[in-house]
Amino acid sequence: MAVGLPRTLAEGLYRRMRLIRRFEEEVAALVDANEIAGVCHEYVGQEAVAAGVCAALRVDDVITSTHRGHGHVIAKGGEVRYMLAELLGRVTGYNRGRGGSMHIADISLGIFGANGIVGAGAPMACGAAYRFKLAGDRRVAVSFFGDGAVNQGVLHEALNLAAIWDLPVVFVCENNLYAITTALRAVSKLEPHQRAAAYGMPGLAVDGMDVEAVYLAAAAAVERARQGGGPTFVECKTYRYVGHYTAERFMKLSYRSEDEIAAWRQRDAIETWGRRLIEAGLWNGEDLAAADQAVEQEIAQAIAFARASPWPESASALDYMYSRTYAGTPAWGAE
Amino acid sequence: MRALRYLQAMNEAYQQEMARDPAIIIVGEDIRSGIRGETRGLLEAFGPERVIDTPISEAGFVGFATGAAMAGLRPIVQFQVASLVYVAFDQLVNQAAKLPLMLGGQVRLPITYTLMVAGSRGGLAGQHSDNPYPYLLHAGFKVVCPSTPREAKGLLVSAIREDDPVVFLAPALVLAQRGEVPEEAYEVPLGVGEVKRAGTDVTVVAVGHLVGEALAVADELAREGISVHVWDPRTLLPLDRDGLCAAARRTGRVVIYDDSNRTCGFAAEISATLAERAFADLRAPVKRVTRADVPLPYSAPLEKAVVPSPDQLARAIRAVLAHSG
Repeated sequence: MAVGLPRTLAEGLYRRMRLIRRFEEEVAALVDANEIAGVCHEYVGQEAVAAGVCAALRVDDVITSTHRGHGHVIAKGGEVRYMLAELLGRVTGYNRGRGGSMHIADISLGIFGANGIVGAGAPMACGAAYRFKLAGDRRVAVSFFGDGAVNQGVLHEALNLAAIWDLPVVFVCENNLYAITTALRAVSKLEPHQRAAAYGMPGLAVDGMDVEAVYLAAAAAVERARQGGGPTFVECKTYRYVGHYTAERFMKLSYRSEDEIAAWRQRDAIETWGRRLIEAGLWNGEDLAAADQAVEQEIAQAIAFARASPWPESASALDYMYSRTYAGTPAWGAE
Repeated sequence: MRALRYLQAMNEAYQQEMARDPAIIIVGEDIRSGIRGETRGLLEAFGPERVIDTPISEAGFVGFATGAAMAGLRPIVQFQVASLVYVAFDQLVNQAAKLPLMLGGQVRLPITYTLMVAGSRGGLAGQHSDNPYPYLLHAGFKVVCPSTPREAKGLLVSAIREDDPVVFLAPALVLAQRGEVPEEAYEVPLGVGEVKRAGTDVTVVAVGHLVGEALAVADELAREGISVHVWDPRTLLPLDRDGLCAAARRTGRVVIYDDSNRTCGFAAEISATLAERAFADLRAPVKRVTRADVPLPYSAPLEKAVVPSPDQLARAIRAVLAHSG
């Protein structure tokens, strides 16, 4: 099958998706080894969504992300070494060790942060987009959220704000079918993109396992927003191969079947795209292996960087609470 | 000097600051129509792009302001009634208050939240009559609660110019008050309390509209020869701890007069601060006169029983004075 995208873009999509996949696999191992505290929500299986959408963005465009945000950060240009340093709690991390997995942000890359609260980033994307609209600089904000967020009130408030003010926002719903363990069909009569009609906003669904389809849909929505056409709701039908979070592997849950997981893995976006690059004659097997090898190297270097990085100083624990501090504010817990 | 009403003083701060800095926008419900007066004329002066009427979507417009601030604007977010902040609690407490630290200092959030008609104005029952500042203080917001028109303007200017989220409470019962207000823009600094009346027998720490009530009680007790020192923190966070302790030392006897709930209310924080920092100078246990720990009842006699009253304050002053320390 032919590839309809320019060569550098097509190659970049593969590299990004592969980097996300391998990053997440290594992260899970580091969680198991207790090098990463708490849990991480892996993006494994959904790579085509982040890669496809962010490939349609400029560096000065903005995204808001979710608790499952590593993929979005990498796709928007985040560097894996600063991400891993953050996950390991080091001062060299993106958030200087203050955020961890669910909060990675790089404002200079337009990454307004992953977020631990479902749906919370959507109104922030509207606020950023309002600024872009006032400035007339044709920047766009993308709000990523999952199917779980479509029953969260603040998302609907944000959809409405974007619609009534014609804001340059693209709402990207990653429908992976489950809000933790609750199936979407049990909590919604409609498919996510059908909700958009209630706000007078175009809503469409694409195959989230096809990175080209995601890219083309996102690029059209982004361009529409850039030209002043207002917001679009893009639902990407996708799947997470792994649990809601790293700890789920040990829980023996049965909310979905092995057959279902296997069927989605059959349609793996990364393998499919690698095959298509070869079938289209853009790459041969060696090119693919070289791309994979480069990803391994980048991740190995990132882990080494994170491990070698210093921890934050205890005395700095109250830093960044305020731009301007006052005597005794913020207060320590003991004097 | 000319006198302005509290709402006019707020309006002048909005006007002057928005004229000074084009990055300031004001967002909220019914802002353009200026129903009470504090936002009147903003639409005409600054246009619909900067003076924004929102749908009734408190969580949505608070998050909107956070994103706008992250992208470079300086939003003012107005809540038409103070207790509407509860609708937006995640976006306030879990997002705006936390993101500067959680993002490792990558963003500043210069957002001013103005909470109008805070507290009870009578007859609006339990959902429109709170002073929600203890929740917001607990979340780490800088909070100001000006008691006069002069301080309303100066603290609003300071709040708008601060590069952090600041909550400004406009107490319902002072909004019609008139007082002298300088014409130019000026700052009343955050974190600095003020002695409203010098006295020698008992110190009253009063917040918001209760400052005026405390002064009236002080006048009354002066006729009996009781000299009351009235201190207004003005900013609840950052708290002027030195000013508070100085006010307490002045008399050694303290009554805290505060219209938030008793349990974990602002008076509890003042009391604990005094216990830690001024214990040796106290000649009597600190007394609190606060709102009772229930939703404000509707019926007038019940409401009167629940909110802190001048009678309760006078009794508390006499009680700490009677304590032999």
